[in-house]
Amino acid sequence: MEQLFFYIFAITAVVAAILVVSMRNAIHSAFFLIVCLLQVAAIFVLLRSPFLAAVQVFIYVGAVMVLFLFAVLVLDVGKEAFREHMHSQSVPSLVMVAALLVIMGFMMFSGKLTVPPGAYNEAALAKNTEVIGRAVYTKFVFPFEVVSLLLLIALIGAVVLVMRERGKGADRNKPEDI
Amino acid sequence: MIPLSSLNISFASIMPEMLLTGLALLVLVLDLFIREEKSVLGYVSVIGLIALIPVSARTIEAKASFGGMVMADEFAAYFNVIFIIAAIFTILISMDYLKKMNVRRGEYYHIILFSTVGMMVMASANDLVTLYVGLELMAMSFYILVAYRIASARSVEGGLKYFVLGALSSGILLYGISFTYGASGSTNLSEIARQLGGFQNPFLILGIVLITVGFGFKVAAFPFHVWTPDVYEGAPTPVTALLSIGSKAASFAAFMRVFMVAFPAFHAQWGEILWMLSAATMIFGSVVAIAQKNIVRMLAYSSIAHAGIIMMGLLVYNDLGAGGVLYYLLVYAFMNMGAFAIVALFRNDRIGESISDYSGLASRRPVLSFLMALFLLSLAGIPPTGGFAAKFFVFSAAIDARYYWLAAIGVVTTAISLFFYAKVIFYMYMREPDGEAVMPESGVLYNVVLLVTAFGTVFLGIYPTPFIDMAIKAVKPLLM
Repeated sequence: MEQLFFYIFAITAVVAAILVVSMRNAIHSAFFLIVCLLQVAAIFVLLRSPFLAAVQVFIYVGAVMVLFLFAVLVLDVGKEAFREHMHSQSVPSLVMVAALLVIMGFMMFSGKLTVPPGAYNEAALAKNTEVIGRAVYTKFVFPFEVVSLLLLIALIGAVVLVMRERGKGADRNKPEDI
Repeated sequence: MIPLSSLNISFASIMPEMLLTGLALLVLVLDLFIREEKSVLGYVSVIGLIALIPVSARTIEAKASFGGMVMADEFAAYFNVIFIIAAIFTILISMDYLKKMNVRRGEYYHIILFSTVGMMVMASANDLVTLYVGLELMAMSFYILVAYRIASARSVEGGLKYFVLGALSSGILLYGISFTYGASGSTNLSEIARQLGGFQNPFLILGIVLITVGFGFKVAAFPFHVWTPDVYEGAPTPVTALLSIGSKAASFAAFMRVFMVAFPAFHAQWGEILWMLSAATMIFGSVVAIAQKNIVRMLAYSSIAHAGIIMMGLLVYNDLGAGGVLYYLLVYAFMNMGAFAIVALFRNDRIGESISDYSGLASRRPVLSFLMALFLLSLAGIPPTGGFAAKFFVFSAAIDARYYWLAAIGVVTTAISLFFYAKVIFYMYMREPDGEAVMPESGVLYNVVLLVTAFGTVFLGIYPTPFIDMAIKAVKPLLM
């Protein structure tokens, strides 16, 4: 039963992901990305990680994608912008992807997972958020702090790349090399 | 649940990272108050970084801290010093360069400092999670720095290319990390080695291959190098220098620690992969560099070729080979920085990029030409420079470990590389100046950088013993 649901979610996610990159219209791509992310959230539920599933929905679908759609609407990215994006490389790339899929599939089926599965009982599931919180603030506290720096630098970067320089003699007034 | 005491929370072990973050935040705040003269921020950063060298060179006892996430050993300390040196030189040559390019914003300096923090986190990461977070911090900073001249289409193009391919390679690396986790049940490097033993698992092989691809992107190894020339050309030249030195050194530090600590039992497998990568990278880099007319692109291909040689040291997998990697990266920091400093000085919009612009430079600027020739000869590996000592060290380690063919390929490609390095020297000394390209006056900052890098290049070549000893001592804990 669970397997069946997994395959439904997984196949929908993969199909949606392929549609994201093959759609000509940016808005359609964004909607298929939402579909894909929702399927991933559903797979997190199947993997007994309701917290991650909720975070996935809140942050990616709720916040990131809405902002993304908003940006696409404001910037008015037309259909023209997405034409000719494969540059006639579709056949070689499909062959490569298929070959990669075969090799990886073979290795995955002949390999074996040695990670012990987590506790699936009711009590452990109820504590899901608590377990993650504890792990983040004890064992993973150092990478967690570095992530805060990463977010800071991403924020600065967004401002740096978007904001224009003010004042006379600013960079934009001078047509530079192409 | 993990008891707090078993985590070994030791602030001393992350002191360099913490202090550098503090410095970066200080510069970030100062940027708000200093409105006109942004180079003050550069001086503050440089003074802070110099003060940081003794702190990061001092090794505390090598014991995993923060629940096994961080290992502040001599290996990390050695790399931290390389990163700080690279960051200092980069900031020094940036101040004049930014003025020349009419970029008058202060964010540049603290982004460089944050990228250095990312490199340090990578070098001391003892866990795949820490490693990945550090790598992203460094890469994110570089995406911004490469596209920093937003008025220039080439800079933005380079930034976008680097961003897309960098994100792809991070994804591949993460995929490899997740397979490794699946096969071993841990992300901690020493724990992975303990769990796996010599147990053959195709899952893990897949993980190792994907991790190799991820690092291959970052160090610009052959099939994954496509971004390098465009990004190096588009980025502001000091950023290119930091990218080719700091980013490469940090990626090699993480590369070494992962493969030598977590996968020592699989040396036969990853050794084969790296053998092919190393040989292909050396041949491709040095052959394609011959055809380049743009000096930055030529140096980009030369940095690809150097990545192949450095990888040879990693593949040899003994104290000589791994120590050779560390020594090579130290020498590379000096000689490559020197070459890029001269390119940054000369480059001005369209002029000074083509190799033919260097025609007759020797008659106008004899000292600069001499220094450029010195750096290029060192990159080519001519004695008595540091480049020779480093190459000699790595090749002899490869021969000791019976990698005869690989060492032979290395020597042949070094001979080939002499051709394109010598081409620049030929233009400088043998050609008549064509009058168009004018080399601007080098200011005090450039002179300091050029003198120190030239001194370092020569000194490391004449008297390499203490540095090689340090490098060998630094890799000892990884080889247990």
